[in-house]
Amino acid sequence: MSYRVVHYINQFFAQIGGEEMAHVAPELRKGFVGPGMAFNQAWKGEAEIVATVVCGDSYFAEHEKDAKAQILAWVKEQKPDLFIAGPAFNAGRYGYACANICKTVEDELHIPVLTGMYEENPGADLKDKVLIVATTNSAAGMRKAAPTMAALALKLMKGEQLGASCEEGYMPNGIRRNFFEKERGSQRAVKMLLNKLAGKPFVTEYPMPSFDRVAPNPAVKDLSKATIALCTSGGIVPKGNPDHIESSSASHYGEYCIKGVNDLTAETYETAHGGYDPVYANEDPDRVLPVDVMREFEREGRIGKLHDYFYTTVGNGTAVASAKAFAAEYAKKLLAAGVDAVIMTST
Amino acid sequence: MVKEIERAGLPVVHMCTVTPISMTVGANRIVPTIAIPHPLGNPALTHEEEYALRKKLVSRALEALTTEVKDQTIFEVK
Repeated sequence: MSYRVVHYINQFFAQIGGEEMAHVAPELRKGFVGPGMAFNQAWKGEAEIVATVVCGDSYFAEHEKDAKAQILAWVKEQKPDLFIAGPAFNAGRYGYACANICKTVEDELHIPVLTGMYEENPGADLKDKVLIVATTNSAAGMRKAAPTMAALALKLMKGEQLGASCEEGYMPNGIRRNFFEKERGSQRAVKMLLNKLAGKPFVTEYPMPSFDRVAPNPAVKDLSKATIALCTSGGIVPKGNPDHIESSSASHYGEYCIKGVNDLTAETYETAHGGYDPVYANEDPDRVLPVDVMREFEREGRIGKLHDYFYTTVGNGTAVASAKAFAAEYAKKLLAAGVDAVIMTST
Repeated sequence: MVKEIERAGLPVVHMCTVTPISMTVGANRIVPTIAIPHPLGNPALTHEEEYALRKKLVSRALEALTTEVKDQTIFEVK
């Protein structure tokens, strides 16, 4: 007896039509349709698509609740061992539908689910919640995607332990899997370096987290009327570190008044930062927070005013989430105080 | 932090030595500085020379704040 699978595809892959037919309501067909054939072939009789749900991409997006309820009812009737959707490649609404219907089926029917799409597909936002195989951005990648998805699907149906994302081809979902590399770290590192030097592709084993972007704000129109604030991640604090900002992994920031202060000196200020040699900053804290020259610019009339307060924390090992929260909070204070622009210094 | 300040609606210039990190975290206006433990100074110089250097760097930062940018921009100090 082979495993039972229900497959979800859109109107395009069911050959109903393209964008002009994206409004079609879901229908249930017996057996495989279109790309389902590739899965059936790869399973070699061990598993089989018993039914295929076809749904228009716009229909799913516009009637998500109804579509989910109808599809869920059909899938339940089929008593499948696995629900598979797509692959959607870089089709946005299709990818969204695949990931979301998978999640619904998994949550409601408690059977394994699997889909596939391009990593930039908006549906891939659910990669931590639904198992998603990374595919190319066009249907030309079907030949590569089908065997990967089919193999992973079979493992899920058999209840086998999954390997790491890089071995199995699914998008990293934040769950660590331990495995032994064939080569030791130094050999891998040297190979990576040689590839890099030769301009060849290489895959890092420690990718930088991805950061979102914020568009630049318009420039300051008239500096001579502007209030400029100083902020730092270099840990400059009044001597004695009155608020006990930690030397690393700071849990808070400091707000200090510099009204009437023309120069930061070794007697009055210091750094709390534990991630760099503090000798130079402690000798002359202006080397990190340039209050002295800002005062000169203020006297000259180059800037309107140096803001009365500076904001400071220690950037050493401090979590991005903490730094984000600190700055989001003090940026509001800066705005409320009528500050026009900010100079942030980092060590 | 630069990004959150920018997000709040304030133009911000990031003065730092390791500019690739500044690029990675998403600062839009960047002024390269001297060294990690003394970004705005150089203990090898006399006090007057060092002050002049700091003035030049901060002056560049002010220029950055008054310059319209579309993308992440590094304002080299001449």
